[in-house]
Amino acid sequence: MSDLIPQLTQQIFNGLSLGAIYALIAIGYTMVYGIIGMINFAHGEIYMIGAYVGLVTLTAIGTQTGMPLPLMVAVMLVVAMAVTGVYGYTLERVAYRPVRGSPRLVALISAIGMSIFLQNWMALGQGARDMAVPALFSGGINFNFGEHAFGVSMPYSRILIIVVTVVLMIGLTLFIKYSRMGRASRACSQDMHMANLLGIDTNKVISFTFVLGAMLAAVGGVLIAITIGKLNPFIGFIVGIKAFTAAVLGGIGSIPGAMLGGVLLGLAETFAAAYISSQYKDIVAFGLLVLILLFRPTGLLGKPEVEKV
Amino acid sequence: MGNNVKHAFVAAILTGVIVMPVFGLQLIRQGAKTLMEPNFSFVLIAMAIVFVGQLCRHWLLLPFKKLKRGLPTLPAAPTGGNKLLILALVAVAVIWPFFSGRSSVDIATLVLIYIMLALGLNIVVGFAGLLDLGFVGFYAVGAYTYALLYQWAGFGFWEALPIAGAMAALFGFILGFPVLRLRGDYLAIVTLGFGEIIRLLLINLNQFTNGPDGISGIPKPTVFGMEMQRRASEPGGQTFHEIMGWTFQNNHMVIYLYLMALMFALVTLFVSTRLIRMPVGRAWEALREDEIACRSLGLNPTRIKLSAFTLGAMFAGFGGAFFAARQGLVNPESFTFIESALILAIVVLGGMGSQVGVILAATLLTVVPELAREFAEYRMLIFGLVMVLMMVWRPQGLLPMKRPHVELAK
Repeated sequence: MSDLIPQLTQQIFNGLSLGAIYALIAIGYTMVYGIIGMINFAHGEIYMIGAYVGLVTLTAIGTQTGMPLPLMVAVMLVVAMAVTGVYGYTLERVAYRPVRGSPRLVALISAIGMSIFLQNWMALGQGARDMAVPALFSGGINFNFGEHAFGVSMPYSRILIIVVTVVLMIGLTLFIKYSRMGRASRACSQDMHMANLLGIDTNKVISFTFVLGAMLAAVGGVLIAITIGKLNPFIGFIVGIKAFTAAVLGGIGSIPGAMLGGVLLGLAETFAAAYISSQYKDIVAFGLLVLILLFRPTGLLGKPEVEKV
Repeated sequence: MGNNVKHAFVAAILTGVIVMPVFGLQLIRQGAKTLMEPNFSFVLIAMAIVFVGQLCRHWLLLPFKKLKRGLPTLPAAPTGGNKLLILALVAVAVIWPFFSGRSSVDIATLVLIYIMLALGLNIVVGFAGLLDLGFVGFYAVGAYTYALLYQWAGFGFWEALPIAGAMAALFGFILGFPVLRLRGDYLAIVTLGFGEIIRLLLINLNQFTNGPDGISGIPKPTVFGMEMQRRASEPGGQTFHEIMGWTFQNNHMVIYLYLMALMFALVTLFVSTRLIRMPVGRAWEALREDEIACRSLGLNPTRIKLSAFTLGAMFAGFGGAFFAARQGLVNPESFTFIESALILAIVVLGGMGSQVGVILAATLLTVVPELAREFAEYRMLIFGLVMVLMMVWRPQGLLPMKRPHVELAK
């Protein structure tokens, strides 16, 4: 019984770090949905591309150059964000803008096509097999409760995930709240036509949303690549669906909702893996998605959507 | 013109950024180390192509604009004179395998399986307008129903077939009941989630489904109770070739499977053609076009959607049982999302709701990859690209069905 508290602490820590990744990706889903009402099915692939760009950058720098570790991680993040930003922009221009205004299913099918394309694009370029990511951080903080009790270990890489995510979330919240672009994007999510009439370049806002979402997903990708140590071109699919679950859980269209949903999903999954069975953790995530959509499609913080004729 | 050049220049730069980390800097694994090999020429070529392409964009797009309007549409209802033609086509389809090679008959069987699945999905996506991304889940239910019935109760194919269809339909019903209240894109994601859940359950229910290894040794279908093997599996039993007085040939099984697939596909085609002209079919189409109008006319959307969903699932179940019998083994690997996407792509490419289009697309998407095996690794890439391009240029599909309709001038 004395193990209960340290075990719980460990699970909560693991759940938070996993949930932080989901939250980063979920924001991309939720922002795009909030503005143009489509599910960007290819968003998970952007996360995967971000992870690859991080690895490419790391390999280009080399692990033995004596560059300080924080700087190295920062460079990886910045390069990954820049490249995936371009991906997000191009994605919207090529696959989504031409079908804007068509029925929802047309846009969704286009997004599914893009998702399949990007997976195989990466598989063709960098190979379909697992790639190893060199370990940048070793060790972590360990707590021991008593002599024989269960020790809590917090690897530095997972701490990094939480810290970076919190910083980005604060930055994003301030940006959306106070910057000109943030205000424009809030206006667009309320009423696109009206915003357009009031002189907001809505195309620019939509592009910006895709770029921002892609950048956040890339951060998630780079951080998870460092933590887990391997990646392949097909990691984006499952994570993408889970992040979408997180966005729906929090209420799709709501940015704080996506953050909350991500963290809750991460916790739920970790606890399911720890106390039910690790094989069933994916089923828990999908089951959760189905249940929320059935019983509370607006999510925790979402607004009900009214269907207009 | 200057603006054009600037635009093309920006596009080329973006292309460079996009291609660089994927093809320009290739990662190579060497033991535990990851090395890198630059390949800048590829990036430069891609940039040049995009630059020139963007400059000549106007002229390059002309043929596509024609394509948008130029392709034919099918008339709403096939006219009576087609009956002879259809009969002739069926006759040819029945006869040709006897005069052709084994591999082409095998491919044709695959085409027919996909035609059947796509026609089933066409009921859900094309007629009723419900995007179902978990179709392969029902396919899996059908396949595993037969496999499990064989493994645990010794059922043969023909006894298991109706049960497989019924099980898949039941799954469709149970899933559809709560889910169909949801709006289109949510529905798509939930069905996707269900498809994945079914696959994960098949992997994880080890004691029951044999986990990732799946179930093997599933018997092939019999001909009216007679086995099509060299020797009867039970002493005293007679095999097909003994009764017919033929010498045994492996080819017979291949042709038999082909004919069965043909029958399944024809039945699916026939049933769905009839259904769409029945009141329920009209209701599907009406619902797809305008749900609110339907509701105000007194149609019950949930019930109508449910009927489409259940029927589609049933055809997937039949297809799954046949698939299990043909392969002789089932494992969860055969039922991934990509399979769902492939069937969906067939429906989309053919033109949602258009049966001839769906048949054409199923043939194209199965035969072309078989012919172009050396391009196998590009297959999925092109496949995704085609889905996007179709949605951008011709969302109604290759051979859309023309519907009698009137639109208000806007």
